[in-house]
Amino acid sequence: MNLTVTVNGTAHTVDVEDRTLLVHLLRDRLGLTATNIGCDTTSCGACTVLLDGQSVKSCTVLAASVDGQSVTTLEGLAEGDRWHRVQEGFRAKHGLQCGFCTPGMVMAAVSLLDENPSPTATEVREGLEGNLCRCTGYHNIVAAVLEAAAK
Amino acid sequence: MAERALDATCSRIVSILGTRVMRVEDPKFLTTGGVYVDDLRDPRLDGAGYVTYVRSVMAHARISVDVAAAAAADGVLAVMTAADFADLAPPPVPLGFIPPALGRPWLANGVVRYVGEPIAAIVTESRYAGEDIAELVSVDYEPLTAVVDPRAAATDETLLFPEHGSNTALAFEAGSLDGLFDDCEVVVTQQLTNQRVAPAPLEVRGTACVWEGDGDDARLTLWASTQSPHGARDQIAAALALPPERVHFIAPDVGGGFGAKFGVSIEDLALAVLSRRLGRPMRWTETRTENMLGMGHGRAQLQTVTIGGTRDGRITAYSLDVLQDSGAYPHFGSVLPFMTQLMATGTYDIARVAVRTKSVVTNTAPVVAYRGAGRPEATAAIERAVDLFAAEIERDPAEVRRRNLFPKEAFPLTTQVGAAYDSGDYVGALDAVLAAANYDELRAEQRRRRESGDERLLGIGVSSYVEITAGPEAGTEFARINVKPDGSVVVYTGTSPHGQGHATSFAMLAADELGVPLDRITVVHGDTDLVARGGGTGGSRSLQLGGAAVHQGAIETVDRARELAGDLFEAAVGDIVLDKARGGFHVAGSPDDVRSWSEVATSADAEHGLIVDTDFSAQGATFPFGAHVAVVEVDAATGKPTLLSMTTVDDAGPVINPVVVEGQRHGGIAQGVAQALFEEVRYDEDGNPQSTNLADYAFPSAAEFPDFTLVDMATPSPMNPLGVKGIGEAGTIGATPAVQSAVVDAVAHLGVRHIEMPTTSERVWRAIQEGAK
Repeated sequence: MNLTVTVNGTAHTVDVEDRTLLVHLLRDRLGLTATNIGCDTTSCGACTVLLDGQSVKSCTVLAASVDGQSVTTLEGLAEGDRWHRVQEGFRAKHGLQCGFCTPGMVMAAVSLLDENPSPTATEVREGLEGNLCRCTGYHNIVAAVLEAAAK
Repeated sequence: MAERALDATCSRIVSILGTRVMRVEDPKFLTTGGVYVDDLRDPRLDGAGYVTYVRSVMAHARISVDVAAAAAADGVLAVMTAADFADLAPPPVPLGFIPPALGRPWLANGVVRYVGEPIAAIVTESRYAGEDIAELVSVDYEPLTAVVDPRAAATDETLLFPEHGSNTALAFEAGSLDGLFDDCEVVVTQQLTNQRVAPAPLEVRGTACVWEGDGDDARLTLWASTQSPHGARDQIAAALALPPERVHFIAPDVGGGFGAKFGVSIEDLALAVLSRRLGRPMRWTETRTENMLGMGHGRAQLQTVTIGGTRDGRITAYSLDVLQDSGAYPHFGSVLPFMTQLMATGTYDIARVAVRTKSVVTNTAPVVAYRGAGRPEATAAIERAVDLFAAEIERDPAEVRRRNLFPKEAFPLTTQVGAAYDSGDYVGALDAVLAAANYDELRAEQRRRRESGDERLLGIGVSSYVEITAGPEAGTEFARINVKPDGSVVVYTGTSPHGQGHATSFAMLAADELGVPLDRITVVHGDTDLVARGGGTGGSRSLQLGGAAVHQGAIETVDRARELAGDLFEAAVGDIVLDKARGGFHVAGSPDDVRSWSEVATSADAEHGLIVDTDFSAQGATFPFGAHVAVVEVDAATGKPTLLSMTTVDDAGPVINPVVVEGQRHGGIAQGVAQALFEEVRYDEDGNPQSTNLADYAFPSAAEFPDFTLVDMATPSPMNPLGVKGIGEAGTIGATPAVQSAVVDAVAHLGVRHIEMPTTSERVWRAIQEGAK
């Protein structure tokens, strides 16, 4: 099927197999490989992107269903050289190690702060429950999001 | 962002070591993302076939495979089974200790031995087609008795490898059981399960490869998500009967390993053969389900501890019996009881010790190295034993520990089981963590809650631990320092980080000796063509071996540069001084006439600059140690435990970069907590896995943890010039027993002495019910 989707501000018209998942459209067709795949069950959140500004797990979204919509991935988060405050927060607080969960974690945090601009630590922890990290024990991720919220 | 600390009074650069330098790796991960195997868009991989492995759905069966329908399907490039590998010898066993008869075939050959074992490989033009066509492979299973419980395996009633004549892969022992507990006033014994858990790195396994050249000149380039590219290269070369130089192994960004990505997978080896046979590049990226079935699991020990001593709290005898479940094809897991044995007595001075271990094969996924790998199991056993002993004599578990710890003055020392501990201050660590956690106040609060009948039961768990890193043999590691003609520096290391921040820490080590700013130093790793040799990253070896090699190489580089500068100045080398603040050399007494690193490097070689290769050899393994206090709250009605706090001392010697070390501690603590509270890989009695994805497996999220409180302590090791020890696994090793102990402690007043891990609500609730009887 043909679909048109705006990704990081650029409109793309692509012909995809009906069953194509959004994450595969992004990675395999549009070459946007920051968004990762970590599981088969929508559990880990490594594939989190923003769809019309709201976080979704792109491994569980059919590409067909985003026709006419707008997607933001990690690659599209900074404005030129100006990083998003969540990116800055993760850098300042070392909220990452191997980096694999990071793109999804950052996008989930962006969405979290959009909904709740000044969360408590507990609200950050609960708000990121759908995004798994094996390296950091979440300690610095929580600190990173609180740092971003304070800006 | 390099913070270059300047001493204001004399403008001399103060050492960068020990300062909070933010990671140079992070900007990429935060903007474009890392480049993991599945992200590779290398033109050499254009036109790659996608490989899908058809995996066994039975734990133990004879099989016959019909691939005709799959081979005839559209979009299929090839379907291969064991018969297609018949001309190749089976791959060598992953470790020399393992009996060759317990080796695994390329693909299952007539028999499957665990659910998830690869049976056939399907090569397709597209990624999606592979999964469709896998459905067309017909496998007939003739079930054999599945041996799932290692105790059943140990009876040898059903043999997994009849030609081996036994299910026992390996056995180790130390000390004598004769009269071990004869003079003890108190003896306590307990069976423990150190349950099987999944390493579960966020990035699953993935591999890509291409052959270039013909015939005997053909050379394999293989990218894989590995912790040990050089070791993996040698394994692949051995399996393919190639000299190692005909394999180019590259570890791109690696999304976590935790021990389970040390070496190569059978799927990697088969991929290289498929690529050669089909004359095409190949790619394979597993699903999370395949990862949970096939990458291998950690821990999986059944233990019996017996501990004895005096009624006033002196421990005099300890025995540990370990039955290690190795899974179907022995891997690292079968050898790990050796490490458990070596660390059996932990931080305690115990006069008489005996350890018996046996590793058996079962019809489950192979057991591999997992964060701590043999040492968490030792610590969990001795810490549980000390708690049981303390409970039996009705004394405070922290006090019993303090009474039995090796004193600071005893180091260096060799334990009853032969471990040569380098340095330590176990009492200091225990006292520091108890003070930081407000232990006495916690006990007072616990008493208040118990007396008032509060439903929120407070549990306090204390652990004291020591582990071994970069051992048991004294390790070596390679480094190259290349000062380029433009004065920038490239550091090559044989370690292979996957989140540990070597590009930052190792650059700091080089900067500190060379006086070259951090932003002029890059670190290269993970490529066997670019780095001559290396041991990879695992067993918390990297800083003390790889970092020490960079440090040594940088010192040797300065020595060589002073000789070169002496030639430039026509002065004696003994008069040449490196001014680190200005990044150049001058003759003593003439500080204004400086030759820069660029000039000196150019004088060595105008094209390549100055290159110094070095191999660092440690004097021995190091023994990081620490103490943890965990506090949990257990809901008396439901048994649900909630972790309230973790306070830890993790002493791994001097800290090069606190940012990185704190991160390692946080992650380690979380994984240790996860084993105590949540995680378990389960099989049913027929060997069917019950936790095959992250929806079934209790991989904890941020909501399950509190912030962690880290207490700093640094006791140097004499085994390397930096005085450093490994920090990667320490947090895990200390946290698991502290948390398990806290859960038991919360309900101890109800008559409970022990609860198996993971200490789920159900288990705690049952313990409360039985304790009340």
